[in-house]
Amino acid sequence: MSSSFLPLSEEMFQARSVSVDLNNDASLLIDIPDALCERDKVKFTVHTKTTLGTFQKPEFSVSRQHEDFIWLHDTLVETEEYAGLIIPPAPPKPDFESPREKMHKLGEGEASMTKEEYAKMKQELEAEYLAVFKKTVQVHEIFLQRLSSHPVFSKDRNFQIFLEYDQDLSVRRKNAKEMFGGFFKNMVKTADEVLISGTKEVDEFFDQEKTFLLDYFSKIKDATSKAEKMTRSHKNVADDYIHVSATLNSLSAEDSTPLKHLEKLADLFEKLRKVEGRVASDQELKLTELLRYYMRDIQAAKDLLYRRARALADYENANKALDKARLKSKDVAQAQQHQQQCLQKFDTLSESGKKELTSFKGRRVLAFRKNLIEMAELEIKHAKSNMALLQGCVELLKSN
Amino acid sequence: MAAERDTPPLGSAAAGLADFREPEDGEDLFVSTASTLESSPSSPEPASLQVEDVSANSNGPKTAEILIDDDQDDLFAEATEEVSLDSPEREPILSDGPSPAITPVTPTALISNRIEPKVIGVPSMFERSLDEVEEEAGGDLFDINISVSDPEKVGKTSLTIFNQSEFSVKRRFSDFLGLHSKLASKYMHIGYIVPPAPEKSIVGMTKVKVGKEDLSSTEFVEKRRSALERYLMRTVKHPTLIQDPDVIQFLESSELPRAVSTQALSGAGILRMVNKAADAVNKMTIKMNESDAWFEEKQQQFENLDQQLRKLHASVEALVCHRKELSVNTASFARSAAMLGNSEDHTALSRALSQLAEVEEKIDQLHQEQAYADFYLFSELLGDYVRLITAVKGVFDQRMKTWSKWQDAQVMLQKKREAEAKLHLANKPDKLQQAKDEIKEWEGKVQQGERDFEQISKTIRKEVGRFEKERVKDFKVVIIKYLESLVHTQQQLIKYWEAFLPEAKAIA
Repeated sequence: MSSSFLPLSEEMFQARSVSVDLNNDASLLIDIPDALCERDKVKFTVHTKTTLGTFQKPEFSVSRQHEDFIWLHDTLVETEEYAGLIIPPAPPKPDFESPREKMHKLGEGEASMTKEEYAKMKQELEAEYLAVFKKTVQVHEIFLQRLSSHPVFSKDRNFQIFLEYDQDLSVRRKNAKEMFGGFFKNMVKTADEVLISGTKEVDEFFDQEKTFLLDYFSKIKDATSKAEKMTRSHKNVADDYIHVSATLNSLSAEDSTPLKHLEKLADLFEKLRKVEGRVASDQELKLTELLRYYMRDIQAAKDLLYRRARALADYENANKALDKARLKSKDVAQAQQHQQQCLQKFDTLSESGKKELTSFKGRRVLAFRKNLIEMAELEIKHAKSNMALLQGCVELLKSN
Repeated sequence: MAAERDTPPLGSAAAGLADFREPEDGEDLFVSTASTLESSPSSPEPASLQVEDVSANSNGPKTAEILIDDDQDDLFAEATEEVSLDSPEREPILSDGPSPAITPVTPTALISNRIEPKVIGVPSMFERSLDEVEEEAGGDLFDINISVSDPEKVGKTSLTIFNQSEFSVKRRFSDFLGLHSKLASKYMHIGYIVPPAPEKSIVGMTKVKVGKEDLSSTEFVEKRRSALERYLMRTVKHPTLIQDPDVIQFLESSELPRAVSTQALSGAGILRMVNKAADAVNKMTIKMNESDAWFEEKQQQFENLDQQLRKLHASVEALVCHRKELSVNTASFARSAAMLGNSEDHTALSRALSQLAEVEEKIDQLHQEQAYADFYLFSELLGDYVRLITAVKGVFDQRMKTWSKWQDAQVMLQKKREAEAKLHLANKPDKLQQAKDEIKEWEGKVQQGERDFEQISKTIRKEVGRFEKERVKDFKVVIIKYLESLVHTQQQLIKYWEAFLPEAKAIA
């Protein structure tokens, strides 16, 4: 069934910045103008336009897979120098599971539907598939744009390779060490959760941030999942309109008595469901996706706090080691140097962390504002369309 | 909802209907009824029972006319004598039982089939009607106010079947079933489409139980009440049925004899079951020579209609279910958004998120109300018509049975003739007379059979014509109402989001 879906590769997607006004700096402009769906793999075309001399050409495109993005993200996470920065969250894997499952169910239920009904359901599913596709392109694009608009990340060597290297990155990716490193990194994270909540915080700024981020994360996670459920219910209602419309059509076709209004009603429901479908998908983009994105971003901010907490722990350990060394009068200079390094690292982390977290809040507030406004405007627009359709039909029925 | 709020009392529907002469003039009656209905400026809404408070009757009841035909039922004449016209006076006479039955105007006024926009009040409505139900010991009693305003004078022999302009009675659910069973046994076999009564168990019609509060019992009561109302409306709108003394008694009498025959294990109940089974078998074995193409066409039509309506009904039921789910999920999201707003440390954003939560909460209510409309307007209409079509199909079957009876009589007549001929040859004069008598008897039966068949065919044609007209009207009215409910929802959505927009823009 799923093989009948393509081709979507011909579509040109306009660059959209859902969240923040990224991609403003003309010195490095990145977008994903199109993507290809081959069986289970999505291939993104990453297009770069730059005035920077560090790149070989002013404009170029490469083809990248999702795994390449993950590789890039992981290398950034593991770079020591970036410990004091919020690493933009990795884009989630393209997930076509939901429309694929629905397509399968549709295939099974084909016999019980009229040809028209089936065609409409298929159309609806294809639209859903397309929506998932657009979402995943968007989320990968934003990831890159976050990097390109960051003063530090934009200069990262691996980032440059990602953008420029005109061949397959899979060789680099399959570096076993890096993969293992990634696995280890995730394991440690859970231990950090305990660490971060346990550490006594002297700095008021970080204390507040810690409290806030931990609480906010759990709330936004919950809100994301509830928003998801709500959007899905909306889609179900829109789908029901399809069945109602189809049956009304059959009824009006077979009825000998001139029940003209059944036909109009069928038509109305068909139009309504398109609007309802848009309501559902707009809500998903502006609300659910917004929440989901910032949930991940907050996780990234939390990761920064972990790293800082770890640095603090390292520093405290170094202190203890120094004291021990002084007691024993052995390797004092070494211990002192180590302690200094730890302190420096911690201080750098704290300083850059503070900057990052402050700008993060600003970014988040802006993004919420933009999306909430857009969502409200779209809801109003769709409700007005619905009303016009409904009132038109009521007029028609009353006048007969 | 912008549905017409004016409440033309049932009477205006019954008004035209009440202007009749003897049933024999059935056809004229039908026409005049139709024209009365058509010309009335505020057309009655068939799907909703218009309720008028006894007290809040600002129009003032017109005085009932009591020109009664002497040929009428004795029961009827009696009733006239007993009851006076004057509204205040009549109450003590009618209310044999405890006065709460008649006086609680407010609760009964609430039991209206209209779906108020502030359906948020619905749960409290239900509570009260539930209390009413609980007050009466055992059984489900419903207070129903049917207002019947006066018939208009049409011709000199206009008569009023109903004595007063307004009255209310208490009826048990089993009373309704009893009424239906009586009507069915009287009218169906001669071709009248008797509206089916609501089924005994309406449980399981909706698949999702709203998880927030257990509204399932109150929903059940409301569902049942609404169904009974629609059933009665359809019954009284039928020009022949409204004249039936059982119907009149049902609507008027303060006390009804307990309808025992509706009890499942009663003798009558078992007899009904046996008859139903016998019918089913007969249907399979009767092969009728259809001489009239009209009947064949119509039967096929109704078969198709039946299928399509069932399918549509199922789709709408799914819609109700999903909309209820949407309501639940929206409420759940609203709560979550409120928590998020509380947690948010940016003041303006925090406020906006709380506002968002409030908007979503209101939208949840909207979805709930819309789900009620989906159900009580759209879904129930379809369900009613699915059952009605079963009744229509039943009437066609009755015609087949009548034909079969006629044929059987012809066969029997033939046999008798042959027997007589044999006796003639055998020269047995004493038995001959008997045989001749039997022939006469069966000739009569054949004639009767033919008459019956022609009569039922005629009646069915008329009934089907009426049914189709009613159906078109009915659907149109209810669909318009339903669409208006959808319009209302959209209007509210616009309102809520337009109020929210400045809040979102205020985030600095």
